[in-house]
Amino acid sequence: MSSENALVRFVDIQKSYDGEALVVKNLNLDVAKGEFLTMLGPSGSGKTTCLMMLAGFEPATHGEIFLNEHPINRVPPHKRGIGMVFQNYALFPHMTVAENLAFPLEVRHMDKSEREQRVKRALDMVQLGKFGDPRPAQLSGGQAQRVAVARSLVFDPDLVLMDEPLGALDKNLREQMQYEIKHIHENLGLTVVYVTHDQSEALTMSNRIAVFDDGIIQQCDPPPVLYEEPNNAFVAGFIGENNRFVGKVTEDSGDTVKVEIEAGAVVVAKKVNVEGVGSRSTLSLRPERVTVDPEAGSLPNIFSGKAEELIYLGDHIRTRFTVLGHDDFIVKIPNSAAHARLKEGDTVNIGWNAEDCRALDPSD
Amino acid sequence: MSTAPATVDGPLLTADGVPLKESLQISLRRSKMRALLLVLPPLLFLIFLFVIPIGNMLTRSVDDNLINDVLPNTFAAFETWDKKSEPTEAMFEAFYKDLRDADRTDIGKASVRMNYANPGWRSLIKRTARKIDKMEPPYKEAFLKADDRWLDQDFWRSLGIMKDRVTFGYYLNAVDLDYDYDKNIIQQDEERKVYNLLWWRTIKVSIIVTIACLLLAYPVSYLLATLPMRIANLLMICVLMPFWTSLLVRIVAWMIMLQQNGVVNDTLVAAGVLSDENRLSMMYNFNGTIIVMTQILLPFMILPIYSVMKTIPPSYMKAAQNLGATPTLAFIRVYMPQTIPGIGAGCILVFIVAIGYYITPELVGGKDGRLIGNMVAYHMQRSLNWGLAAAMGTILLCVILVFYWVYDKIIGIDNMKMG
Repeated sequence: MSSENALVRFVDIQKSYDGEALVVKNLNLDVAKGEFLTMLGPSGSGKTTCLMMLAGFEPATHGEIFLNEHPINRVPPHKRGIGMVFQNYALFPHMTVAENLAFPLEVRHMDKSEREQRVKRALDMVQLGKFGDPRPAQLSGGQAQRVAVARSLVFDPDLVLMDEPLGALDKNLREQMQYEIKHIHENLGLTVVYVTHDQSEALTMSNRIAVFDDGIIQQCDPPPVLYEEPNNAFVAGFIGENNRFVGKVTEDSGDTVKVEIEAGAVVVAKKVNVEGVGSRSTLSLRPERVTVDPEAGSLPNIFSGKAEELIYLGDHIRTRFTVLGHDDFIVKIPNSAAHARLKEGDTVNIGWNAEDCRALDPSD
Repeated sequence: MSTAPATVDGPLLTADGVPLKESLQISLRRSKMRALLLVLPPLLFLIFLFVIPIGNMLTRSVDDNLINDVLPNTFAAFETWDKKSEPTEAMFEAFYKDLRDADRTDIGKASVRMNYANPGWRSLIKRTARKIDKMEPPYKEAFLKADDRWLDQDFWRSLGIMKDRVTFGYYLNAVDLDYDYDKNIIQQDEERKVYNLLWWRTIKVSIIVTIACLLLAYPVSYLLATLPMRIANLLMICVLMPFWTSLLVRIVAWMIMLQQNGVVNDTLVAAGVLSDENRLSMMYNFNGTIIVMTQILLPFMILPIYSVMKTIPPSYMKAAQNLGATPTLAFIRVYMPQTIPGIGAGCILVFIVAIGYYITPELVGGKDGRLIGNMVAYHMQRSLNWGLAAAMGTILLCVILVFYWVYDKIIGIDNMKMG
């Protein structure tokens, strides 16, 4: 991505609260106009801190943030013109919904008729056209969430920040709201920076996901790339399910490496992020990329495994095998007529492609 | 399902045929009894130490039974008098009978009461009562021999004020009014007018103290609510420190600080801010009362405001600023309105305590810092005019209720948060 159409640029950002530990370590990130970028990571990984620095509530200890090519480190929050949806919505309890929405317009000295028009438009956008009068306390969680979104958009900001906005909702409502926010983003051509620790939310909504851990962006890519081509063991483990083996590289042939898991068992894997012969590596393999009972010789990796546990999930059967001394090897077997039915305790051959098995850094 | 109630229209029955409502009541009775037992001690406490004394005060403020019980004959004879001619023999005879039959202490109490109607009654009755045993008819002469003031019609006419068993005289006295002998309401003599001044001063002091407390407490509460826990706790201890110190110690400390040759004045003079003859008088006057009461009542303002501020998440201020409001505007439009329940509770609390305050004005108020509470105490302890003290107490109660009502109208009582 070229930096010309970047709306937000973090340049060499570092942040420390106590002068002893860095919460954000050297962050460089561009957010393009119209992009939906999600900062994903476990709690304490620095993602919310980054959002707060962008909103202006936390000063960066080092580095510069640019908004529309203007440095904003010294711009106070109320002059940044960035919309924000807070974790608990932060709807003002002493104002009605309409007053809440009118607040940003009022402080911008907009005249009354235009204010009312805009408030109405914003409420219609979140399908709450008739909900101007109640106080926030009288709203359901989903309604309050919509009002919070409407309020962050009512003054037409280019950029909207969302800090785990769906965390307080139950599962069904959360999924529905994910689509609604996504559609609003698409319809209005907004730029959204979204913080969450829920990976499925991130995968559903984002154009790009920046995976944070330990104050560092581990990988920043579109969801399919992130899922299918994780760069390191943390990302592989954090996004989606994966089976992992830890072993020693015994042979390096450019595109692939051979990794010895235990005495005699050698796996052929795609070389992604390993040092070379003799170093340790984590192998990562998605459960749906494993073939049960393959033809002999059709795959480079074929091992015998014992089915320990089968969980029936309708469209697929989740099966736990013991393979190569690991008893937590998960395989998702599609529920199709062609597939052989396994029973607990059966021993079968299972195999996978070298392409699907990624040799990564030795994590811990 | 065979035991289910068979009736469709009748009351719902339980499995063994008892009406459902009855059976529910029986099952709830135990828990109701237990709840009652738990509230019983405070309920009794409240009845004996709050409801009954207040009721007693209310009755006492209008009660004129004693005098009517002690002098029944006199008042009967008084009714027949035309209030112009000389008192008749029948009146003296009635008075004689009453004095003869009544208990000595009751006569004493009655004479104190009569003294309020016309100063002089007490000594008159005292001198007459001493000779009552030797009196013989005609009683008029016997009375006159005991004291020639008995011919003075004012004494006799003042009985008119006391002839009813219910009197509003104490209330009138409490606001510088009085009855004339025919029970018309008149202004109190100019030199005896003190109470109206005191009422206004009391309300003025209470309002000033409340406002001063609010102005001082608001920033402190804000600090307490927003500072990191460790520092906030330390500050909280400083706020609560006054509660751990005796009231008297605190007042005396203020005396040392503020008096004419006190620490503050000495410092100002030494610093050259004041000349020696222009020392500020901050003690034993109105100022002293205001300063010391503000300090003493400050925690009552800080605590409710703090407890409300503590519940306001910082995200509101952030949100307001994010939406484009300057920090000042965000504070005024978003933060302050949410602290109103605390402000209301604090103001009501401080005002109610201040309006009845009595120790501080007594000690540091001097002459122009005395409040109505001091008058109540004076009439309770010195003059023993309990009727007047009770009337003042009742008026005080009514003033508080009025302010309470106004508060309810403006802010709403359900909006009040004590913590």
